[in-house]
Amino acid sequence: MNSATRWLAVASLVASAAGASAQTLRVGLAEDPDVLDPTLARTFVGRIVFNSLCDKLFDLDEKLNIVPQLATSYAWSGDHKALTLKLRQGVTFHDGEKFDAAAVKFNLERHKNMQGSNRRGELAPVTSVDVVDAQTVRLNLAAPFAPLLAVLTDRAGMMVSPKAAQAAGAHFGAKPVCSGPFRFVERVAQDRIVLERYPNYWNKGAIHFDRVVYQPIVDASVRLANLRSGQLDFIERMAASDVPGLKGDNRFKISRIVEIGYQGITINIGKSDQAQKNPLGRDPRVREAFELSLDRAAIVQVAMDGEAEVGNQWVAPNNPWYAKNVPIPKRDVAKAKALLAAAGVPNPSFTLMTPTTSDAQKIAQVVQAMAKETGFEVKVQATEFSTSLDLADKGQYDAYVLAWSGRADPDGNLFSFHACKQPLNYAGYCKPEVDELINRSRAATDPAARLKLFEQIEAHVAQDRPIVYLFHRHWLWAYNSKLSGLRTVPDGLVRVQDLKFN
Amino acid sequence: MFKFLVQRLATIIPTLFFVSILIFGLQQLLPGDPATALAGEDHDPNVIAYLRAKFHLDEPVYMRYFYWARGVLHGDLGESVRIQKPVTDLILEKLPVTVQLASMAIVIAIVFGVSAGILSAVKKDTAWDYAANVFALWGLSTPNFWLGILLIMLFAVKLGWLPASGYVSPFEDLKGNLAAMIMPAFVLGNSFAAVLMRHTRSAMLQVLSADYVRTARAKGLEERVVVLKHALRNALVPVITLGALGFGELLGGTVLTETVFSIPGFGKLIVDAVFNRDYSVVQGVVLFTATVYITLNLLADLAYFLVNPRMRG
Amino acid sequence: MAAVLTATDALPRELTPAQRALRRLARRRGAMVGLGCVVFFVLLALFAPWVAPHDPLATSWSAVRQAPSAHYLFGTDEIGRDVLSRVIWGTRASLLAGLVSVCISLALGVPVGLAAGYLGGWVDALISRITDAMLACPFLILAIALAAFLGPSLTNAMIAIGISATPIFVRLTRAQVLAVKVEDYVEAARAVGNSHLRIALRHILPNVVAPLIVQATLAIAAAVIAEASLSFLGLGQQPPAPSWGSMLNTAKNYIDNAPWMSVWPGLSIFLLVLSFNLLGDGLRDAFDPRHK
Repeated sequence: MNSATRWLAVASLVASAAGASAQTLRVGLAEDPDVLDPTLARTFVGRIVFNSLCDKLFDLDEKLNIVPQLATSYAWSGDHKALTLKLRQGVTFHDGEKFDAAAVKFNLERHKNMQGSNRRGELAPVTSVDVVDAQTVRLNLAAPFAPLLAVLTDRAGMMVSPKAAQAAGAHFGAKPVCSGPFRFVERVAQDRIVLERYPNYWNKGAIHFDRVVYQPIVDASVRLANLRSGQLDFIERMAASDVPGLKGDNRFKISRIVEIGYQGITINIGKSDQAQKNPLGRDPRVREAFELSLDRAAIVQVAMDGEAEVGNQWVAPNNPWYAKNVPIPKRDVAKAKALLAAAGVPNPSFTLMTPTTSDAQKIAQVVQAMAKETGFEVKVQATEFSTSLDLADKGQYDAYVLAWSGRADPDGNLFSFHACKQPLNYAGYCKPEVDELINRSRAATDPAARLKLFEQIEAHVAQDRPIVYLFHRHWLWAYNSKLSGLRTVPDGLVRVQDLKFN
Repeated sequence: MFKFLVQRLATIIPTLFFVSILIFGLQQLLPGDPATALAGEDHDPNVIAYLRAKFHLDEPVYMRYFYWARGVLHGDLGESVRIQKPVTDLILEKLPVTVQLASMAIVIAIVFGVSAGILSAVKKDTAWDYAANVFALWGLSTPNFWLGILLIMLFAVKLGWLPASGYVSPFEDLKGNLAAMIMPAFVLGNSFAAVLMRHTRSAMLQVLSADYVRTARAKGLEERVVVLKHALRNALVPVITLGALGFGELLGGTVLTETVFSIPGFGKLIVDAVFNRDYSVVQGVVLFTATVYITLNLLADLAYFLVNPRMRG
Repeated sequence: MAAVLTATDALPRELTPAQRALRRLARRRGAMVGLGCVVFFVLLALFAPWVAPHDPLATSWSAVRQAPSAHYLFGTDEIGRDVLSRVIWGTRASLLAGLVSVCISLALGVPVGLAAGYLGGWVDALISRITDAMLACPFLILAIALAAFLGPSLTNAMIAIGISATPIFVRLTRAQVLAVKVEDYVEAARAVGNSHLRIALRHILPNVVAPLIVQATLAIAAAVIAEASLSFLGLGQQPPAPSWGSMLNTAKNYIDNAPWMSVWPGLSIFLLVLSFNLLGDGLRDAFDPRHK
């Protein structure tokens, strides 16, 4: 054996030893993420990938507390119109650029000003950003804005490399450069997104994988089959009906977390003239009768195999911001019939639009059957999702089965839905008193005062019923039992930090 | 021969023109505002306004067609808004996958379909015929997504012989590639084999009763020679038409099979783009697959020309 | 009186080609079995309200995804409806989706293909280019766009499927006509001075029927399944009304824990497709002019 071949042999031994310890985490996603640019991104599933790719100023813990990530501490000014952030030292982006106050300023301005930015609304109250020193930055607000910190735990708080962003312009999403634990390797649309460990990550002790591969597999049964046959280590959003089948298998574990979003039925009460054309949109008594004809627990049992918590508000009953003054109404067919009689429409009919997902269709059909018992003639209209959103936006619907993935701060589930003329206010709900209360809740700096305001808002919403909230799904994660260190954050986004194979 | 070829080549351009009009027109028929669809969950009015301007959505249809056609003529198929990738790159990325899947499926379909068709025609009204028919129709009447999931349950989950889904490049790992492709190729080939089987059978029966075959038989030729040399050659005309059509269809992508097996091919790309209203992708990819399809048709015509010399008139 | 007598006398000896074909058809066992099944499904569709043991829409929260039992012979579905009753009612949607859309395809495709193949020239060129263009667009995309445009309903889905499947009939007819029109008997018919229409209908059409029948019976299967895809996208049969395709579509989510949900609609599609194809075989043989 000559020296060259000996070296080769040694080298290959080293390589194979490294190969043995090189670990890949393979994650099955329920959808194909959209563009990987935190400013432009608009899907829930994309946020799962971002959590490995891009660090944020703040993060959430399992109890929805806001914890430091790239910002180590914060301080509000006395009038709550300025937020000063101290930044973590020694953080670099994947291209080696330094993370500092100038980078934060660049990113927040990019979120606010870039054409087509989806973050503009979330950061609207931020009027300007000042670089105080290299590690300190100050956000100036037009008015106090309670949800701001929570907003910074999501895409609006994600920091990308200013140099890379300037160089790539509008094409940054094709090859994102952030400061998260993993950096971008490649993406094959609809097939996989591959990330590799970033060796200079500031918190590298928490990272135990060399690669993360995200694979979109739309069909829930196939996603699960991949987990069971060993092609994947982790899948998000398993089908509730598959839970019993997997429970007996000790090779796998299931985690469930109550989502911060909700599933509900949005009712057109003022979005367009159509609201006046059917008794449901016209008469609050009919809406009350409709709600009373629903048995939420049965809906959850039948449509979701029990994998959801019943609810009646934009946050779940276990959430600290839940308004306890409005409990979940019980099913009351007799009262519902009486209300319909009083309204002069014993057999009101309306069309219930539903996206074509199997969950939504099941909900619609169960609701239809339940409402029938009180006299409602519900016509289910299954509509492809994009079309249904457009019809909702134009107010060409009576009622709409619609889910919201939820935001860490309750404002993200409330403001855009119930404040007058806001983009997600498909119901067309517009009440000056409610607007006033919502605005005060956004400016409220004292949590107790804020909760009081939520209770007042809820009292209105529960009576006017622009949305009849039904339940809060469980995020169902299934994974290989070898995997430990999983953090179950209610936003439904997988955190790779501390995750490892035993 | 040469003249025929030139004539047929000249037809490609008007066909592509019709395709471009058709696909552009169909998109206009789709309900829903593409800007709303693309704006996503947050539904920010600023974003919607921006997207409307970017895609000239406020301008008349013919202007939008003009912008697009101008780009295409300059070799620019546009860019996916959803994932910020040039459509050309997407096509190049998916092409090998789709070609491989379609080729494997068509080989399976021809091997099973044509031979089962010949067998059932020659052994008409025997147990062989019935068995071949039931097998073929089973393949045809089983929806691909359903058969696909059944196979995954059996071969990946219960037996553990094959990966459940996904795609591996043959250049990285040929064995892994074949293991991943065999189930989807079988599912696709299976339903197409039924079509080929039925048409081969029908065409063979028709030809077997024709005068010249009777003459050949009367001349005392061996049955095998009669079937393969005289009958099959003529029976192949409709089979070639359908073969080319089927292969073209497979190349256009097979949505449900690709979805079940998570194969990143054209079908899934187009349908997802339709639902996300990612119009440049729909237009670009359909235009590309249409070109391939039309070329294949040209080759099929050429094949007729060679198989049936009388059509040269 | 005399005229009547002659007519009845003449009948047994001089049957029309169609009558002869039907006689041949009646002698074929496979075709008769196929016909029997088709008739059975048609009757099932017509008499669904009387045959079905339960209301196909009635839900029972306490009986979700129950295995087949004496009460629910085929089991129950994901929201506690009787699968048997839904299969019976679903016959209507699926039979219609299959038959109507194929009739639309045939009614549009055959004349157009005949014209293209027989007339040739610029008519052929134009028709062929448009057909090629339509064929070059993916079938499902075509159907989705049309169905979405027409509005979501079963009828519109059938129209959309029918139109989307038309070009293949045009193409097939045309190819067959091209092959046949140079045959000696067509030349002969032309030589004796028959009109074009007469040649096309009397001499060419009967010779292109065989592959068309085969394609039509295959297209029925494709249409039943396409209806499933469209209803999955919300463009076909609207929930909660059943069709076999949409039932199968839902059932695929429960293949592991409620297999009965997919077995019965799947079996029904298989039987329907099989019987149409058996019948198609018989028709094909019976109408084949060379097959005497």
